[in-house]
Amino acid sequence: MGESFIRVEQVSHRYANGTVALSSITLGFNINQFTAMIGPSGAGKSTLMRVINGLVRPSEGQVFIGDTRISQAPEATVRQARRQIGMVFQQFNLVRRLTALENVLIGRLGTLNPVASTLKLYGREDRELAMGLLERVGMADYAWQRADTLSGGQQQRVGIARALAQQPRLILADEPVSALDPKSSEQVMEILQSINAQDGIAVICNLHHLDTVREYADRVVALKRGQLVFDGSVADLSEEVSRSLYYDEQQSREITPILATQLSFAD
Amino acid sequence: MAAVVVVLVWSTFGTELSPWRLLTGLAASGRFIAEFFPPDFTRGSEYLNSMFETIKMAVWGTALAFIAAVPLSFWAATNTTPHSLVYQFTRRMSDVFRGLNEFVLAMVFVAALGLGPFPGILALAVSTTGTLIKLFSEAIELVDVGQVEAVKASGAGPLQVLTHAYWPQIVPTVLSMTLYRFEANVRGATVLGLVGAGGIGLYVTEAIRGFNFQAAGAILMVILVAVFLVDFLSAKVRERLS
Repeated sequence: MGESFIRVEQVSHRYANGTVALSSITLGFNINQFTAMIGPSGAGKSTLMRVINGLVRPSEGQVFIGDTRISQAPEATVRQARRQIGMVFQQFNLVRRLTALENVLIGRLGTLNPVASTLKLYGREDRELAMGLLERVGMADYAWQRADTLSGGQQQRVGIARALAQQPRLILADEPVSALDPKSSEQVMEILQSINAQDGIAVICNLHHLDTVREYADRVVALKRGQLVFDGSVADLSEEVSRSLYYDEQQSREITPILATQLSFAD
Repeated sequence: MAAVVVVLVWSTFGTELSPWRLLTGLAASGRFIAEFFPPDFTRGSEYLNSMFETIKMAVWGTALAFIAAVPLSFWAATNTTPHSLVYQFTRRMSDVFRGLNEFVLAMVFVAALGLGPFPGILALAVSTTGTLIKLFSEAIELVDVGQVEAVKASGAGPLQVLTHAYWPQIVPTVLSMTLYRFEANVRGATVLGLVGAGGIGLYVTEAIRGFNFQAAGAILMVILVAVFLVDFLSAKVRERLS
């Protein structure tokens, strides 16, 4: 794998309530790759993304962004490293009461000192960059509109512009199209693809539809119950692998005890 | 329901609650109120000035409370407090401040600082700080965590997260609660003069103690009109905020 931009080494994570989200994951992500992350809900995909940008500190293992070992670094160092990674969310997570433009400018916060940013003293370059990005995602006409007046697809495009405003080397997209209609989904996926192809920004994208995975991704990483069960090219993702990911004998075994308790209640 | 009846019955003992006294009292009050008419406005401009002083007291009492409550409420919210001890401390402080009525506080501040509007302002500020901390911190606890996470994920620092993710979300509540407290403080400030803490209350006591009921009538009318106006304007502003 050589020099990966992101390195995840032997990472395990257990939440405070005891849930094991990840168990000894080792992965590397290169610049310029479009990776789809698949797996059933609760497999640990979202947690892995937050481990990669340091929003979640893993209970065990090491995570590197470039040369920075963020898993053990002080908060300020993690923040510094995090600026190279943009994030896009399932529910868009725009600050609803701010305009589209102000939301994109949030991507510039990391480069501003706290006083300037509190007073919203964004420089002209920052404003021009933000406007340019809105234009790129086809949202320039909505720059002055409040985020909560936009449709889901429009909000997600502003969300991508916000991530791009960080001028990142990697974008993490946590189920970016799950809340969108097919047409908006396609627009959003195409924007992500063009970012990857034209700007050489790596994209890691949590996805549910295997058709979408096949259409856009170069590489597929599959998680199940916090474990890495597949890592390879899209071509190698066989029907068999994907089927076993979502439907298998484990699942029926899991259901049985629940049924049993329901039956005992019924008695 | 039974509990309500028990409390109501229990509360009649020692409070001299009697329908007969209410009736005779009503008649007496009626005669008393009749003496307020026609209101005597010969010192009208003085009353008006004093009413402005009352409103100014409410303005500063509310403004000081706002300045104190904004940072303190972040300490008093479970999701933004730096430490559980800080949380406990600010919450208890808010309880104590709210527990003390501004009238009682005014007596304390007048005793400590002497007569005048300044102790009145402080009294309003302290009790309002307590209320605003509680209301603001509850608004902070209702903030959408998704928006907060997104701002954090951009590499923003802790202060930037407060100013760009929390603040935009709580602004409408914060401003409307502050205006609402301002209205209450205008009403509250009208009685602080009774303990010498400034405002129009002084004229009310003066007039009633001197059996100058027609003057008292004029003062009460000034108060009523002012309070109505303040409530009306403040409600208009709050409407536009939401």
